[in-house]
Amino acid sequence: MTERTTAVDAEEVRHVASLARVDLADDEVGRFAEQFEDILTYFERLDEVPEVDHDADLTNVMRPDEPRECLETDAALENAADTEDGFFKGPNVS
Amino acid sequence: MTAQTVQRGDLVTVIGLEVHVQLETETKIFCGCPTAQTDEPNTNVCPVCLGLPGALPVLNETAVEAAVKIGKAIDASIPEETRFHRKNYYYPDLPKNFQITQYDEPICQDGELEIAVEGERRTITIERAHLEEDPGSLQHVGGGGGIDTAEYTLVNYNRAGVPLMEIVTAPDFRTAAEARAFLAELEEVLEYLGVFDAGRDGSLRVDANLSIVDGEEVDDEGRIGTEALEAANRTEVKNISSHKGAEKALAYEETRQRNAIQRGRVVEQETRHWDESRGITVSMRSKEAEKDYRYFREADLPPLRVSHWKDEIPIPELPTARRERFREEYALGEEAASKLTSTKQVADFYEDVAREFDPDLAATWVADELLGELNYRDLEITDVAGRLDAVHRLIELVDGDEITAKNAREVVLRGMLDDGDDPDEIVEREGLGKTGADEVEQAVLEAIEENPEAVADHEAGEAGAINFLVGQVMAKTGGSADPGDVNGLLREELE
Amino acid sequence: MSVNAFITETELEGTDEGPLSGRTVAVKDNISTAGVRTTCGSKMLAEYVPPYDATVVERLKAAGATIVGKTNMDEFGMGTTTETSHFGSTDNPAAPGHVPGGSSGGSAAAVAAGEADLALGSDTGGSIRCPAAFCGVVGIKPTYGLVSRYGLVAYGNSLEQIGPFAQTVEDAAALLDVIAGPDERDATTREAPDGEGTYADAADGDVDGLSVGIPTELLEGADQGVIDAFEETVETLESAGATTREVCLPSVGHAVSAYYVIAMSEASSNLARFDGVRYGHSSDAGGNWNDAFGRTRAEGFGDEVKRRILLGTYALSAGYHDKYYKKAQDARAWVTRDFDEAFDEVDVLASPTMPVPPFELGESLDDPLQLYLADANTVPVNLANLPAISVPAGETNGLPVGVQFIGPAFGERRIVRTASAL
Repeated sequence: MTERTTAVDAEEVRHVASLARVDLADDEVGRFAEQFEDILTYFERLDEVPEVDHDADLTNVMRPDEPRECLETDAALENAADTEDGFFKGPNVS
Repeated sequence: MTAQTVQRGDLVTVIGLEVHVQLETETKIFCGCPTAQTDEPNTNVCPVCLGLPGALPVLNETAVEAAVKIGKAIDASIPEETRFHRKNYYYPDLPKNFQITQYDEPICQDGELEIAVEGERRTITIERAHLEEDPGSLQHVGGGGGIDTAEYTLVNYNRAGVPLMEIVTAPDFRTAAEARAFLAELEEVLEYLGVFDAGRDGSLRVDANLSIVDGEEVDDEGRIGTEALEAANRTEVKNISSHKGAEKALAYEETRQRNAIQRGRVVEQETRHWDESRGITVSMRSKEAEKDYRYFREADLPPLRVSHWKDEIPIPELPTARRERFREEYALGEEAASKLTSTKQVADFYEDVAREFDPDLAATWVADELLGELNYRDLEITDVAGRLDAVHRLIELVDGDEITAKNAREVVLRGMLDDGDDPDEIVEREGLGKTGADEVEQAVLEAIEENPEAVADHEAGEAGAINFLVGQVMAKTGGSADPGDVNGLLREELE
Repeated sequence: MSVNAFITETELEGTDEGPLSGRTVAVKDNISTAGVRTTCGSKMLAEYVPPYDATVVERLKAAGATIVGKTNMDEFGMGTTTETSHFGSTDNPAAPGHVPGGSSGGSAAAVAAGEADLALGSDTGGSIRCPAAFCGVVGIKPTYGLVSRYGLVAYGNSLEQIGPFAQTVEDAAALLDVIAGPDERDATTREAPDGEGTYADAADGDVDGLSVGIPTELLEGADQGVIDAFEETVETLESAGATTREVCLPSVGHAVSAYYVIAMSEASSNLARFDGVRYGHSSDAGGNWNDAFGRTRAEGFGDEVKRRILLGTYALSAGYHDKYYKKAQDARAWVTRDFDEAFDEVDVLASPTMPVPPFELGESLDDPLQLYLADANTVPVNLANLPAISVPAGETNGLPVGVQFIGPAFGERRIVRTASAL
């Protein structure tokens, strides 16, 4: 096996999981750490890729400042788990 | 920047601002929902600004035009190509849990704005200004309603997607007053451009970075090295929503940090929340750290190539230039010129009157009389936009010598503002019209005939005699004659 | 016997008489249908009912089509087998006991089983072409920007397009005619350069004089049975007057890495919105917003989705962004340049769609990397924003094989014409 420059430990998996707001059980952390090791090692081949410039072929796509129809409040709230007086209701932010 | 004398061992306050201003557009930045304010929650929303699965952003051209106008006004460069990025963080006011903003390719770079504080002019560097979407708004409910104590949150996405321009200054401010002056000047410029409405709730929001560094780090130009700035712990103060608030919050924070340093404590690098009602800043749990935002290009929005718009989109004359021109063109003093350019509407109205009547008279009437009365009533010129024709007419009456200045000011102007009456109506009703020339002449002749002694005294060279005669004429005309005119007429008759 | 092609069966009648009057269409369940739940094959959206129609759904209705159901798929499009669906796997009507391919497995299976005349899928890295090949039907991945993505629940938004499935090349092209064209709600769509006639008109089988390039890299590592079927196809084209030659795409060895880094990075951001506040699953666990979001997402997403979100978060995070995300963008530009150069020499490129025949159900779930490598032939096309079509090319050991024709940007007519010669 070639030398690995990527080592994914459980701590790193926990860190990205917290950034991504996905709670993981301990066994998931271990399993993902192993799989990430394999996958990221494979991705290492990107190191060999030269710098290549690419110009965007589509630019300046804009719309005029004209109002369009909004959703009815009921329709906007219809899929929400919890609402109150026309508001979405969510957990506290403390 | 002006050189400042800094003593060894002095502590210097360093402030930088990130100013978020809502741009005046009909619709949101990425969808066709109206930006108009409404009390009903979640009414100006659609799949795009609610972040519904599958919805896509499409950029509002007017928001980009506004950004270019701002770039022009602050003398910034508009790069050949500019793009949008996603800033990834979780917060319940953020419908997609990322914000579409600009990162390393902002639409405005390297601008500046001149401010004056206590008569001293300074140029503040604006590092960048970029377009982004406003998040929604949160209400913290239960537990006293504090952000840190509430039981749950109510979310309203009406504001989500309102176009914002974030204007980031260099850490060029040394006092809270300078920061306030900058905000006032910036607001004035934005209003002149017609891209901003200061009267709108939450239209201006400021995050301020403040740190205290050793005076030794300040060079002869008043600049502070990057290393010293980075070494100093700074706090980011959020939730500032006005110039006054900025000055208060920064003054509070400055004192708090200086006290900590004097007591030998370390100032913590942290985000603090300005609590306007309590007049203090409080430590706030941070969202993500800058390094965790995982910025990357927003592929749903093709890049912009709009640098040439800078040449194509006109902007009006800006306050500083207009002030200078007023001083020259209308021979106004600094104070009058400053008052008369304080808002575009005032300046436009002044020019309207000054072109027609005597510029000095116009200046007195707009800067002193009108603005004075408005200020007394806590009104802005925009509140009486529909009455400006009437004010114009009133100045015409004064200029034409048809009423006295005193009556114009004390009776007519106040009546117009308080009761909404027309100046001509008030003059008619109150009988304020200056008395006709014939009537005055008649009164002059009568006064001469009835007072031979005074005439004799006058002819004998007694100075007070003519004043007695003027008084007699004024009494006969019920005070509506002009005392100066009467004086002239009497002298003519007596020669 | 049902193959579990549909997550939700429905009957939405077209509003007008049109080119699709009387035809039934199955729609992948990541394409929004007003009033009909759109689950993306996920527990997260099991009860989500969009209040709006995707642009392609509006166009289907206006063309007179009848939408018969929302089809099964790998969760949020993340998979090659349709086995990551929260709603169970779909059997392959052309090879029972095998996967239908993915992620648009339900759409391909619905057409293969005759449960719909036509179907729409989405293709981020092969998700139309793979199931078309595995189920023995035709599938088209259009040029990026030809078909509106408005209403398509995003997975890798810089890579994906909605496209058609059908039993024949001409039918698939006719469905493309209905859904193609710029949309003011999708800023990445644009008018295709003028071409002669409709896409369906191009299905005339005339390949006389056509030059076909065969990228040698896309045959490496392919199953021998697949290569044999592919070579027979090439011979058929040659006998119809086409010329063939080998071409080189040196960059494609990096395509799988580049594709997964980009797709996962975009997915980590695109799927951030599922936090249980506005729509979708919401955990009962309580707590503040951090706790609630973390629980909601842990409960609502399956393993493969979590894996890709976490890897994408990692690839974009401080310290790794330049190593992975930025390098993947370079690789993407490199792949694009390689294709550009190839199209200077040939009219279309041909390869096996998938290097292997369909896996047995349940066979492939344990090793994610091996499954990613199966996308080697399809992902370069998405990286380069190009159009490609997969058409049936016989069988190996009784299992369907597909061949893929790739065209230059907006060269849909050319690949339709080529495919129609088989």
